[in-house]
Amino acid sequence: MVIHGNNNVMIAMNDNNWQKARLVKSKMIATDVKSLTFQVDEWIKHKAGQHYDIRLTAENGYQAQRSYSIASAPEDFGIVEFGIQLLSEGEVSPYLFTLQEDDEIEIRGPLGQHFVWETSLSGPLILIGGGSGVVPLVSMLRHRYMAGDTRKTIFLISAQSLDHVLYRDELEAYMQNDPNVEIPITLTQQKPMGWLGYERRVDKEMLQETMGDVLSQKPSIYICGPTPFVEACASGLIDLAVDPSLIKTERFGG
Amino acid sequence: MIINKGFSPKHTSEHSLPPGQYETHDFPVLSKGYTPKIDTNNWKIRIHGLVSNPIVLSWNEFNALPSSEITTDIHCVTKWSKFNTVWKGVSLDTLVELVGLQGRATHVLAFTYDDYSTNLPVADILLNKAYIVTEFDQKPLASEHGGPARLLVPHLYLWKSAKWINELKFIDHEELGFWELRGYHRYGDPWKQQRYDSDE
Repeated sequence: MVIHGNNNVMIAMNDNNWQKARLVKSKMIATDVKSLTFQVDEWIKHKAGQHYDIRLTAENGYQAQRSYSIASAPEDFGIVEFGIQLLSEGEVSPYLFTLQEDDEIEIRGPLGQHFVWETSLSGPLILIGGGSGVVPLVSMLRHRYMAGDTRKTIFLISAQSLDHVLYRDELEAYMQNDPNVEIPITLTQQKPMGWLGYERRVDKEMLQETMGDVLSQKPSIYICGPTPFVEACASGLIDLAVDPSLIKTERFGG
Repeated sequence: MIINKGFSPKHTSEHSLPPGQYETHDFPVLSKGYTPKIDTNNWKIRIHGLVSNPIVLSWNEFNALPSSEITTDIHCVTKWSKFNTVWKGVSLDTLVELVGLQGRATHVLAFTYDDYSTNLPVADILLNKAYIVTEFDQKPLASEHGGPARLLVPHLYLWKSAKWINELKFIDHEELGFWELRGYHRYGDPWKQQRYDSDE
């Protein structure tokens, strides 16, 4: 295996950097969401928040490409993990769900230099994820943990139900083991008996209650999810007088 | 190249798609940050740099310029393409005529209300290749799609069509914009699949 360090410079490979990725682990992590972990020959350390492009080629030569955020931490040497939402009408995700161990696909990356977080950045960390939009944010939280960083971190998650919360066990463990990590969850469609958390879409009041003073401490803010979710969260923060330049967003859907 | 056994096309399109793209009938939104809400009473656009007559136009002054309806296909680097989209706006030819381009101007930088920027060669914004549009589908352009006014350069990937535009600066060299500095291609031709800086 060829290892490339923390420079994020794309290295020269054939076919514009597409390379084989071999599936080494697959696991359902929420309703309709599967974690797929691949081993690659040319592993490049990514920044938390970056994505890869995945390319599938049909027997007749037809190719489809999609972007998927990386779930693994930059410290997860040699592998790349994605959290993939099944879109039943989709073209790529249903096929990815059928992959078996040792199956190969093509990927290229890591890509994107904007929606990224590193422990070298100052200030508290605010992550806001809707549905499978938590994937790049999980990479950030894992990076924080593996780098031994202890800064104040609030990870607000919006999901249809508890079963729709990706990486729930792992997130609960972070919260229990680190007093500086808070992971408030809001459930928008179905709540379990005795649910004490939020049960509505994210709004200004929820942002204020869950983030409070941290909003005035020059936090790095990352919002990822479906477009209406991201719009609601970002405009809620602007209404709370958060400096727009602190907010980075990634939208999907449509 | 790997053949993915059992993978077959699911999306069909009657249109000719650039490589790696799929057709969507929705209008996805992609932006780097929040959506600025801009009051047209305060809206301005500044056109300057290597021009003979730099100008700042208000909303009313801009809308008094001759405009045209444009029907075109758009291609986003995130892989979706949308066909026969209908826009209304002012051709950059009209704006260039107003300010008078100096012979040395080879590139233009577009800036926006959300501190975004993108770079284009001058040749790619003349001869009705680029517009500043204020309507989509016969309605005022929605803020999440760049309203009140965005650049539209449909022959290049859509990140070149800067949302919430408020400045054009003509220069005599290439200077990279926001995404171009962050790993995306300096030119962005969808038919050559110039997505990332490592693409030819």
